[in-house]
Amino acid sequence: MTGRGRLLYLKGVATLRLEQEACIGCGMCLTVCPQDVFAMEHGKKVRISEPDACMECGACTMNCPVGAIWVQSGVGCAQAVFNTMLGRSSEACCSLEGKPDGGSCC
Amino acid sequence: MAIAEQAFVLGILETPVGPVPQVATVCAGRDRWGALRVRLGFGRMRYTVEPGLYGVGAPQEDSPVLVTANYKLSFDHLRAALVGLNAWVLVLDTNGINVWCAAGKGTFGTIALCAQVAASRLDQLVRHRRLIVPQLGAPGIAAHAVKQQSGFSVVYGPAMARHLPEFLGRGMQATPVMRRKTFSLLERAVLIPVEVVVACKWALPLSLVLYVASGLLGSASFGENLRELGAWTMVGLWSGIVAGTVLTPLLLPVLPGRAFSLKGGVAGLMVVLVFLAVFFSRSGTSGNGLTGLAWLLLIPAIASFLGMEFTGASTYTSLSGVKKEMRLAVPFQVAAVLCGMLLLIWARRLQ
Repeated sequence: MTGRGRLLYLKGVATLRLEQEACIGCGMCLTVCPQDVFAMEHGKKVRISEPDACMECGACTMNCPVGAIWVQSGVGCAQAVFNTMLGRSSEACCSLEGKPDGGSCC
Repeated sequence: MAIAEQAFVLGILETPVGPVPQVATVCAGRDRWGALRVRLGFGRMRYTVEPGLYGVGAPQEDSPVLVTANYKLSFDHLRAALVGLNAWVLVLDTNGINVWCAAGKGTFGTIALCAQVAASRLDQLVRHRRLIVPQLGAPGIAAHAVKQQSGFSVVYGPAMARHLPEFLGRGMQATPVMRRKTFSLLERAVLIPVEVVVACKWALPLSLVLYVASGLLGSASFGENLRELGAWTMVGLWSGIVAGTVLTPLLLPVLPGRAFSLKGGVAGLMVVLVFLAVFFSRSGTSGNGLTGLAWLLLIPAIASFLGMEFTGASTYTSLSGVKKEMRLAVPFQVAAVLCGMLLLIWARRLQ
């Protein structure tokens, strides 16, 4: 349930990928990650130290200047999954298609 | 509403780019009332401030520029954190959605940020070329692209606005604590009212239907049925709802498993044991065994579903994970509810 006293979600599901050869060690992913997923190796390259902590927010992918990180980003919200399945994108709540207007989810 | 006419505007700052509204750092009674209302889930999609440029204190050409969304709760958290500081606040139009969610949807994004920087003529307002963006805005912002397109570099501030004074005091250096999004007991507890109100939207009509149905289906008179069967049905249904919307958020870290549907289900099991103890000691009619079995299925199923719904409010669930647990849990939840309902009806027929 917890690792280092923190909440962790399901094991082995996050789609996060890192192409370490491309990494320039700028540390931007360490800055933006709200879940402490990355660690710097010898001050040169980053590695994924806590893959199960990844919540697929996509902050690292957006901010990696060399495109070395990839994740299928999205919101981890059951209601949004339901809304998308039911074809409700703009009413009731948010959906995975990300209509920003209307909603009670977030 | 015109930008300067909003209730939290104290006055007007004369600047090289024209008049800029100066905002209060103390939240008034109406701000607290508004916060309470949206925390209860009412009018959350219409709780906005006008996008644009604002000032806090007596900002100068070297004062920091802080970027935020136009959800008023986010904006109020930000200005309340800036007591005694001088700063510029740049509010992006996110349709009243908070920074983190808007970043995920892209409305709090590189294009919107660069457009607002240009529209507010920041390059003529401040001497430096830095924007302090909330860390949780990063899913929508590409810092290197902002630099390229606007000439301003993005400095990611702390995840929480309350850490801003310390962040600024350290020369815009964040400590590890400022970088991590936590999900403490208090942070979970404030989400409970919304969870309950959202559940009430279907639970109240359902309660009415089940209550009347209990009156009609029971073996005694309508009034007697309501008092006995109807009352137990209400207690059962709402035990499940409380387990999923109140207990699951409160006990989240100590409930077993990682999947929210499992955590909710376990909270439901805890509650159903109490329910059955009371039920068997109080209720004296026949068919109790079947009714008890029905609630043993129904309450954990309701709690499991509502616990799963809490993934959207949580701070650490991934879409891949939510999809996986839904594929596994929803069939169980549906089967448990169907079996539970059939058992309840069967128990009536035996009487």
